[in-house]
Parts: sequence; C-alpha cells; structure tokens
Amino acid sequence: MRNILTAFRAVLCASAAAAVVATAPAQAAAEKVLRATMHADLRVIDPIWTTQTIAGIHAMLIYDTLFGLDDDLVPQPQMVGDYSVSDDGKLYSFTLRDGLRFHDGSPVTTDDVITSLQRWGAKDQPAKALFAYVEKLEKVDDKTFKMILKAPYGMVLDTLGKTGTNVPVIMRAEDAATDPNEQITTAIGSGPFKMLKDEWVPGSKAVYVKNEDYVPRDEPPSGFAGGKIPKVDRLELVWIPDPQTAMQALIAGEIDLLEQAPIDFLPILQGTPGVEIMKTGSVDSHWGVIRLNHLHPPFDKPEMRQAMYHLINQEDFMRSTVGDPAYYRDCHSYITCGTPYSDDSRGEIIGDYDPKKALEKMKAAGYNGEPITVLAATDHHPIAPATQVLLNAMREAGLNVDAQSLDWGSVVARRSKKEAPSEGGWNIFVTTSSGTASVNPVINTWLGAGCEKANVGWPCDEELDALSAEFAFARSVEERKEIARKVQERAYEVVPYLNWGQWTQPIAYRADKISGIVPVTGLPVFWNIDKNE
Amino acid sequence: MSAYILRRLLATFPVMAVVAIFVFVLLRLAPGDPAALIAGDDATAADIANIRTRLGLDLPIWHQFVIWIGGILQGDLGVSIFSNLPVTRLIAQRLEPTLMLALATLIVAVSLAVPLGVLAAWKAKSLVDRIVMGFSVMGFAVPVFLAGYVLIYIFAIQLRWLPVQGYKPLADGFWASIQSLVLPAIALGTAYMALIARITRASMLEVLSQDYIRTANSKGLATERVLLLHALKNAAVPIVTIIGIGIALLISGVVITETVFNIPGLGRLTVDAVLKRDYPIVQGLILVFAMTKVFINLMVDISYAFLDPRIRY
Repeated sequence: MRNILTAFRAVLCASAAAAVVATAPAQAAAEKVLRATMHADLRVIDPIWTTQTIAGIHAMLIYDTLFGLDDDLVPQPQMVGDYSVSDDGKLYSFTLRDGLRFHDGSPVTTDDVITSLQRWGAKDQPAKALFAYVEKLEKVDDKTFKMILKAPYGMVLDTLGKTGTNVPVIMRAEDAATDPNEQITTAIGSGPFKMLKDEWVPGSKAVYVKNEDYVPRDEPPSGFAGGKIPKVDRLELVWIPDPQTAMQALIAGEIDLLEQAPIDFLPILQGTPGVEIMKTGSVDSHWGVIRLNHLHPPFDKPEMRQAMYHLINQEDFMRSTVGDPAYYRDCHSYITCGTPYSDDSRGEIIGDYDPKKALEKMKAAGYNGEPITVLAATDHHPIAPATQVLLNAMREAGLNVDAQSLDWGSVVARRSKKEAPSEGGWNIFVTTSSGTASVNPVINTWLGAGCEKANVGWPCDEELDALSAEFAFARSVEERKEIARKVQERAYEVVPYLNWGQWTQPIAYRADKISGIVPVTGLPVFWNIDKNE
Repeated sequence: MSAYILRRLLATFPVMAVVAIFVFVLLRLAPGDPAALIAGDDATAADIANIRTRLGLDLPIWHQFVIWIGGILQGDLGVSIFSNLPVTRLIAQRLEPTLMLALATLIVAVSLAVPLGVLAAWKAKSLVDRIVMGFSVMGFAVPVFLAGYVLIYIFAIQLRWLPVQGYKPLADGFWASIQSLVLPAIALGTAYMALIARITRASMLEVLSQDYIRTANSKGLATERVLLLHALKNAAVPIVTIIGIGIALLISGVVITETVFNIPGLGRLTVDAVLKRDYPIVQGLILVFAMTKVFINLMVDISYAFLDPRIRY
C-alpha cells in the first residue's frame, strides 16, 4: 500500500511540475483568450478536400484569400494589392500586396497562388465554372500573375472572393500541390491566426494563436473584406455537442460566443445579464431544400414536380424548425431572398398549399399510387423535423409514401445512388443550404441543371443551364438582374428543388466580455474581436 | 495461479481475432459511405469514386482487412479518415478524461453504495432499509441527463461552485481537474451507486443468515466487526463482480454523461466515429474496449481467489 501511495504522490508531483512547465510560457503569451462554440467540431483541416462549413471557418482563420466579399457582397481586394482587367474582359492582372508571409516565415509568391487556385479549381463547383473559361494562369514575377480567359467571364472576382465552401484560400505551393482528393496534413497559411496543431483534439477543441506577423489591410473590416486584425492572443474553438450545455456554458461565462444559439433558448439568453443576441450579416444564413430525383418516376416529369408546390406551406416548416417568426421568412425565390437577384414574384402560385390539388395534378400527370421513397434523416436538426412536415403533407394528399428512416450519414451515402428507388435509390430528400452560397445562379449549385454534372437529383434542362451560364457574362448589374429573373422563371417550370423557407441563425455572445464582432453571414470570423477585460 | 493467468492471457488472442473480423465486416456491411460525407453536396459520382479510391475503400473487403491487420501487428491502428490523425493519438487524447471520470465515478459510487448496502442489510425491513432501497430505485429511475442538468443548474449556474462543462487535464492542476469531474461523477455515480447498493444488500442478507455469523454474534463480537470482517468479506464476490462490470462499462464510454458535461471521452469518440463512418477509429476503439473487458474480467476472477480462499484455479 505504501508503494502505491508513493507512486501516486510521484504521479501528482510530476503532473504538477508538468503543468507549471507546460503552462508558464503559454500563459505569458496568451493573456487574452477567446473561447467560442461553433455549430460543429473541426475534424478536417483541409478546406478544399471537404465542403464542411467548419473547415471553411478554420480556413478563414489561418489562410488568406485574394479577394473578400464585403458586407454588400461586393468583392474587394484582400491579398491582392492592385489588379486590372483588360477592355475585352479576357485578361486579369493581379499583384500581391506587400508583407504577405506564411506562418513558417516564407513569403507568399505567385507560385503559391497559382498552385492553390489550380487545386481549388479542380474541386469547387463555382471554381470549376470559372476554370472552364480560364486559358491559363501565368506568372509574371513573384508578386504578379495573369489570368487569361477564353471568353469574358464576368464572375472572376466574385468567384475568387466567394465564401461558403470551398473557400479559395492561398496555401504554400508544396501543400497546394497535393491531389485535391487527398487531404493536406499541414495547417500553415498566411492568415491572421496560426493553428496549434498539437493542441487540436478532434471532437473537442481546436486552438489558434494570433499571427504577430500578419499585415492587415488599412480599410475597416466589412464582411470578409477590409483589415483583419487579430486582437486576442489565443482563440479556442470549444466543441460542446449538447445545445443545453452550450447555453449554460455561455451563461456561466465559460465560453464567450455561441455561433448558433438555438432559437428555443433565446428567451433565456435574452434575460441573462451580459449576454446579447446578434443576427449574422445582411443575408439570411440558411434556407431549406427539398430535392427531387429527376432520374426516376414519378419526378422525372416536370408536371409531377410542379404539383409538389402545393404540398409546401413554408410557415409549417418554419414553425417546426425555427419557431420564432423574428428569425424566419417565407421565400419563394430560387435566389436567397433579400439579395439583389432574388425573385419572389411567384409566391402566390408556389405558396398555394393544397394537398388535394397536388394529388389531382399528379394523377393528371400519370401518378397511379406508386411508392415515393423519401430519405428521412432522424438525427439532424432542422432536417429531421422538416422531413416530418413534408411526410405529413404527402400523406395528407394521399400519396403512397415510403419513408426510409436513416441517420444523416446514411442519407448522404444513399442520395448519391442513381439506381431506381426500388433498387436502393430514392425520390426525395430534405436538406439545407447557405444563404450566401445561393446569391446568384452561378454559385447556387442546387439550381444547376447540367444532368450528369448537376448535384445529386441530377436535374437536366438545357435552357436553365444555359441561362445560368449566361449570368456570368453579363456586364452590368441590370443585365444580371434580368438574366437572374429569366433563370428563376425557367426554374419555376423545371423545379430543380422546392424551397421550404429561409431563416437566420443568431449568434449569442458575452457583451460584457467581448466586443468588435464583424457581422458576416455564412462563415463567422474572429478577427477584430477583442476581450473587454 | 500463474498457469491460469497465462492461459487466460493466451485466450485473449482468439477472442481479439474474432472481435477484429466481426467488427471489420459489420462496419463494411453497414449502410453509409465516408467518401460521400467528405465529398459534400456538390460532388459528382466521379468525385466520390475518386475519394473512395484515395481512401482505399474501393479495394475488396478481404484486401482492406489484410492491410488493417498488417498495421495492427506492427502496433498501428491506422489513420482517421477525416482528421488524418493516427487512431492511437486520438484514443490517447481521450484516455485520461475517460479513466479519470471512471475513477471518480467509482469512488463516489463504491464509497457510498457499499456502506449503504451493508446498512440496509443489517437493518433489513426497517425504515432505514426502505429509505436506502427507495433511494436506490430513484437512482435507477432518474435518467443521467436529467440528473446532470439539475446538478449543473444548482451547482454551476446558481451557486457558481463548479464548472458547467469540460474536462481539465491533470496537467492543468489537480484541483482544477477534480472540480471538472465532481458533477459528472455524481450524476453518473448515482446510478452505479444504486446498483452496487442493491447487490451489496442482497449478498449481505444471504451471508448474514449463515451459521457462522450467528456464532460470531453469540460469541459477543462487536456488530461492526461481524458486519465488516466476517460478513462483508464473504459477501464480496458478487459485489466485486458488479464493480468490475461497472469499470468496463465506464471505460468503454458513457456517452450521455460525456455529452451533457462535455467530457471528451472514449464514448463520444466512438459515437462520433460511428456517425461519420470513420472506420479506422471504430475498429481501433472496439479492439481497445475488447481488450479492456478481457483484462478486467481477468482481474475480477483473480480477485475471487483472494476474497474467497475456497476458490482456486
């Protein structure tokens, strides 16, 4: 027994000594610690390999981008100092600004930029659309490069500044040379924060420290543009899987910011001294998608898909998933409502909830009671309750519903199958998308109707696809608006998907402890936030 | 005894082999595809196929199994599909919180349950017995998550005595670490306490009716001496068995407690890996859990020989 006690004491002494040694330098350097709980935990650190939003948030911390969208969604130079566009719109020349260095001390050069853009261009859908028109990327010197286009593609700067995933971040050439289907193993960027990879515990926390060598732009921060000034010494993304516990941690002051405060808990948080609620940027953060499989009956016919409009009462979906009307709105546009290219003019037609009419129209189109396979996720909020609302409406209409209850991982695997529903395929699944990733027809990939090239569900309509592509060649905002209107007019006929509402997920934070949050939609940013204490 | 221990240790190998094959095949037959999860919403079928190829998931199952077993024989449990980190590192990161939570829970449960069980048996059918057993029933009946939320509300939010969530490693200070474990250990320990107290009571009641206890009492031995030295030692075998099962369950994960108190333990690692179809992590964890259970069973069996001299191997 004495030996055991002696050993135990030795372990305690060693632990205490280790604690002193391990924390002393860290404490000296990390006086201001910002702790935030995000919507998910960081599991993947390669923002090109995956489309996970949390990987995009991580990317915006440690990497930088050539352009960034400001609060009005206008692309502004970020790593780029000067740029020019030729009169014919086919030659772009970019010069990097001074002071750009990676976290390992090496300067950012055009080799890094070109290799990074090529890797991103092989993976990201809007980037693929851009690269279809890129003849070549040409290095002029270490700071200047040219993008030569085959045609005057008008979305170059918007695409280079895009948010959401995959973000066009600039990596070191040696990292960016990795096959895009293989994950990079490093986390070395040139952004305002550095990742402490040794302290990363997937499923628990990710730790970053201020990049002391970062040279921010002079402009004030606006969206993803302007000066990215890291004001805290250490940033910890603490993953708390239980929403109730996350809320209590914020109330107790153990975390400073809760990225997606559950709307059910907002009354409690609003009544907590020191806690404030903040809407994200100018664009709503989310909207709902009901995806129909265009390959197989019954939804291979447009009439059948159009009949589904009568089964969508967005108010039902929003009440079930969001709850508080202050945070949601009806939106019958194929482009995020509240943004310049949205068109909500058909609300009366597609907002006409009438299950009987839906069944009549489907019967007229040839529906004879065949089973309709719905992939019903059971473990994903808000997708699970939204699916139940849809199933209820379909049953009320008298459709023969085959609801397959699955966890989200199984839904994602099964939705990529092109087989008939009776052979392991599907007819319908419900999902969500980001408001900022749908602000125009080029980046809203759910709107794509390129058959094999389209998202799962594989809508196939030459006219819709051509109109979406045409949007990228418009030379003025008015022209873009006109094309966007035509795109949506056609989409109402084709029905690539059904929209079940649009909402915004507010941030909750300790206003008594932090200040300077930059309101952005999509990927929250942590530069400019300071600790008050 | 040495020969018995050696035999049991050797028997571990076929057990582990069966577990390995079973887990590997079961995971591959389960629906879901990590490549589709990685590829995301915009992926084409070709993108998903490319990722499957890079991950080696397009190889025949037997080929994947051979690669995995080959790694294990060299002490390599593989690399997480998502984080790209070695599975051994991911498990090692979760080991300390898991072991500390298990230890704290056992201390809470055993230190209260055994005396309460002995007391209930000694005062069988009295008010004390009914109170202890009523408390045990309540311990079983109250869900851990509910107990957790109530404890958080009282001790972390209202009184501000303890943290709401998270685990502080020992390297951050002994007392900070203990503070982070108090509430989860009480929430989780209540259920185990109820179980151990009931088993202790039942086992003690059986022993207390034996002739040698009557003899000890008639010789005028002090009650506490009869209860603790004569009765409890002889009633210990089922109690140790249930404690052993408890240790195995605690180490292989108590997901709800870990989730409510945000403790980064092995239970959460397992559930997250299953939901993400991160095959190497699930496979590695199941092997570790199987080994843990085999080892604990062995320890429990060995302890029988010390507790009851009639048991010999």
